[in-house]
Amino acid sequence: MPSDLPADLKDVWVYLSASPLLHLTLTLVAYQAGMWIYTRGKLNPLLNPVLFAVVVLVAILLATGTSYETFFEGAQFVHFLLGPATVSLAIPLYRQFHRVRESGMAIAVSLLSGAATAAISAMAIAWALGAARTTVISIGPKSVTAPVAMGISDNLGGLPSLTAVMVIATGILGAALGPLVLDAVRVKDWASRGFAMGTGAHGIGTARALQVNEIAGAFSGLAMGLNALATAILLPLLWALFF
Amino acid sequence: MLNYLTLIFICQLAGEAFVVAVGLPVPGPVMGMALLFAGLMIHGGIPEDLQKVGGALLANLSLLFVPAGTGIMVHLSLLTGDGIAVSVALVVSTVATIAVTGLLMQFLTARKGSAKSDAE
Repeated sequence: MPSDLPADLKDVWVYLSASPLLHLTLTLVAYQAGMWIYTRGKLNPLLNPVLFAVVVLVAILLATGTSYETFFEGAQFVHFLLGPATVSLAIPLYRQFHRVRESGMAIAVSLLSGAATAAISAMAIAWALGAARTTVISIGPKSVTAPVAMGISDNLGGLPSLTAVMVIATGILGAALGPLVLDAVRVKDWASRGFAMGTGAHGIGTARALQVNEIAGAFSGLAMGLNALATAILLPLLWALFF
Repeated sequence: MLNYLTLIFICQLAGEAFVVAVGLPVPGPVMGMALLFAGLMIHGGIPEDLQKVGGALLANLSLLFVPAGTGIMVHLSLLTGDGIAVSVALVVSTVATIAVTGLLMQFLTARKGSAKSDAE
């Protein structure tokens, strides 16, 4: 809490900060400010609204000495909708299913290659740069949606909460850099672009894909679900094989 | 609209229950997505109100990651000395994963497409 406020303002602050409304509203305002910049910037991926909102909110929480637990009491109402939104990804998937059915083999091969690339490259680089063993394990499932990634990490002897940080960071990185990478290697097909975003950057990548194109969004949501399954099965095998 | 919001919740709930019961390594909501998808296949279309509810949720999907994203600040201290190794690994690996997956997928679907048009 800022300590230099006049006493009556301090009372208002104490009252407001105890109510979930303050941090719920802050979350919405920070995100919409981010969206405003993002749309002004013609959806430039580097202006990702999640990245903007997170930076702003973390700065506010640190400046006011607010704990994450207090913040989450308000923000949880937004967080809760993540489950129902994930279920709703069935809608674009259904609408684009004729395209999915045509490319079953391509999907299987790309998914397995992508899942292996994600896990092996992350763990190998972290290991080569001298990261601790728990860190190397925790980074393995970083491209998988958070609840599954944390489970995998836990099973292999990693730190689930550290994995959660890496998963979120990967999602934001993927959403911000992924479209530029895909432009650079000339992947123009929307289905392929979306599938890559979902495999590499789970839900946050899928959110970005949906903002740009529905075909990309559908393939991204599909890739996110399939990669959770593939990595959960493959990573323990890879780990036993290499380490 | 409330009925379809309820339907989405039911799919998630059933998904969560199924995943726990079978011990499947996917999150409950992803299983719920599969269930809703199966329902749409059986129904043979997307009801207009479901489109409205689901569309509203998906239109703001990136907002829903903000609370979890803000949680990064709590756990940054866990990196204890591995900060640089982790940052490099995350950037390189994420870029490589997206490039490899996108290139392979585009190559394999384009090849299949041209093979088909050759046959025709």
